[in-house]
Amino acid sequence: MAGEFSAMISAKTSQVDRKIFSDEEIFREEQRRIFAKAWIFVGHESQIPNAGDYFLSRMGIDPVILVRDKSGSIGVFHNSCRHRGMRVCRYDAGNTRLFTCSYHGWSFGIDGKLVGVPGMKEGYCNKLDKSEWGLIPVAKIANYKGAIWATWDADAVSLEEYLGDMRYMLDLALDSHDGTEGGSEVSIGVQKWTIPSNWKLSAENFIGDLYHNISHRSVDMVGIGPEGTSQRRDEGFINNATLVSVGFHERGHGGINVYLPPEYVDARPYPGEIGEWFRAADKARKDRLGENACILGGVGTVFPNMSFRANQPRQIIVWNPVSATETEVWSWYLFDAKSPDSVKAFMREYALRYCGPAGMTERDDMENWQGATEGSVGGVVESFPYNYAYNLADDEQPFEALPNLPYAKNAVIGATEGNARGFYRQWSIWMDATNWDEIRREQMKIKGRI
Amino acid sequence: MASPVEGASSVEAQEMRLHFEVSQFLYKEMDLVDRRSLGEWLDLLTDDIRYFVPLMLNVPFRKWDEETSRPQTDTAWMDEGKKTLEQRVKQLMTGVHWAEEPVSRICHLVSNVLVKSASAGTDVGSEAEVTSRFLIYRNRVRNEASIIVGWRDDLLRKTEEGWKLAKRTAYINQSTLLDKNITTFF
Ligand code: FES
Ligand SMILES: [Fe+2]
Repeated sequence: MAGEFSAMISAKTSQVDRKIFSDEEIFREEQRRIFAKAWIFVGHESQIPNAGDYFLSRMGIDPVILVRDKSGSIGVFHNSCRHRGMRVCRYDAGNTRLFTCSYHGWSFGIDGKLVGVPGMKEGYCNKLDKSEWGLIPVAKIANYKGAIWATWDADAVSLEEYLGDMRYMLDLALDSHDGTEGGSEVSIGVQKWTIPSNWKLSAENFIGDLYHNISHRSVDMVGIGPEGTSQRRDEGFINNATLVSVGFHERGHGGINVYLPPEYVDARPYPGEIGEWFRAADKARKDRLGENACILGGVGTVFPNMSFRANQPRQIIVWNPVSATETEVWSWYLFDAKSPDSVKAFMREYALRYCGPAGMTERDDMENWQGATEGSVGGVVESFPYNYAYNLADDEQPFEALPNLPYAKNAVIGATEGNARGFYRQWSIWMDATNWDEIRREQMKIKGRI
Repeated sequence: MASPVEGASSVEAQEMRLHFEVSQFLYKEMDLVDRRSLGEWLDLLTDDIRYFVPLMLNVPFRKWDEETSRPQTDTAWMDEGKKTLEQRVKQLMTGVHWAEEPVSRICHLVSNVLVKSASAGTDVGSEAEVTSRFLIYRNRVRNEASIIVGWRDDLLRKTEEGWKLAKRTAYINQSTLLDKNITTFF
């Protein structure tokens, strides 16, 4: 499809027009064409365990309420009153039986239904059909191993189909450390902060930018790994690992895997009881998964704006678009629900020194994304696109150590900008399409690596 | 002890002395941070310090006590001991910490110093609970400017080497941080 937006991504998709990172009209189109149609991560089920529990979230620029109703099922509603738009929920999280609007007093049940209208008799002669004026619900909700997703588009494919084999990458973050399915929970509290940068630059970075080590030179010099030494990550990773880029270009997702030779899988050099816990869990994972236990997760991005880190630090991070040049980042931290408090404390402390606006690694990323956004503004630079040619598809080295990995054909060794090329190719498909049928048709034309 | 202030009782004089020592300590501490004498600043922290910068949530009036995240339990901006603080200082000194290259112009204003344990005394081993407010101005590169304002609850301990900071909770008065990152101390 040779649409207006495909033209911004060059034929071989190794060049990308700068204005997609700075143009406000393109940004507004993204809200309609991507964020109103895609599956968006809205929160984790462990945030709302009981009936009436709610959590305020976002889908793109839209504020939404994630709430558990009396039957235990989860609803997602636009956080605005149907009467005149006032937000009906004013708090970040809590428990309630009703959402009562503070403007004229309409009230809504935790199932979204309009239940109370002041002046129903005097003002509406009892003719207002309350069933027509409930909170605006999303079209579909899905729970994948505790991670809750929603979409505004009833025509969207199922979340399972949307993720495709990317789910194996998500599993590395959402499954328990010992390899049992699911079992993760989030630490209470979500870090939220603002960056003067375009949301796509962050999504692109987390889809697997193994080329940006210089960004983190200072923290690598200091050494903040979980065991307190050695650059910024796990010692075992640095010395014995092969980093693998995994791209699912048909759907625009991707991430990094860390391959450890079997003898290192259950040999983490963490101290004391924490080390014992990890080594026992790693051993159990090895017994359960066999050679595939040699794969640990790294970063990943699910198109369009949900990213994560599996293993350590273990994080879900969402790039909420605010404008072409501003992003509000939300960051959750994950643990195994059944791990002891000491292990949670160990993981939390490492995550906080690595991640977030005060994180010694991520605070340098923010500086670079801001600068990249500033470099995308202005008339002169529009004819000078960005270069995404690092390891073109033909030059990528297939990763063949684990032929039984379900996504083995999607895996290549080391740094490549292939995942970013896949991401922007996907972006152009969505931007030029008007409905889900067109998106699917174009996605299916993508075969193999980009 | 002879009263340093005419007409003050010895109890009052002791409280004044405590207040004087504590507030001078707090000013000196942030003076060192602003001047990037960060090694000297670290020397003012006890080895067992807990340094906590909680998240703040939007909560109902009746749940105001749940406004901040809990130490060593919930997510925070910072929640750490001396080792991590030393690592942060080391990073700031590398010269390749891009978030601080070129270095920011940072100014800490400390005010509303209130010694809560007025009778703590000033002898070695004394501990004083102190609350204060901060305003941190950061300006960098061409036009980046941010202001962070908040509260602090501190525990100070008098040692052979003078007062030291044993515990700090710094509450940033923002629920969504209206800045891209945090590269200073509170
Ligand atoms: S805006 Fe909600 S009742 Fe009027
Ligand atoms: Fe990075």
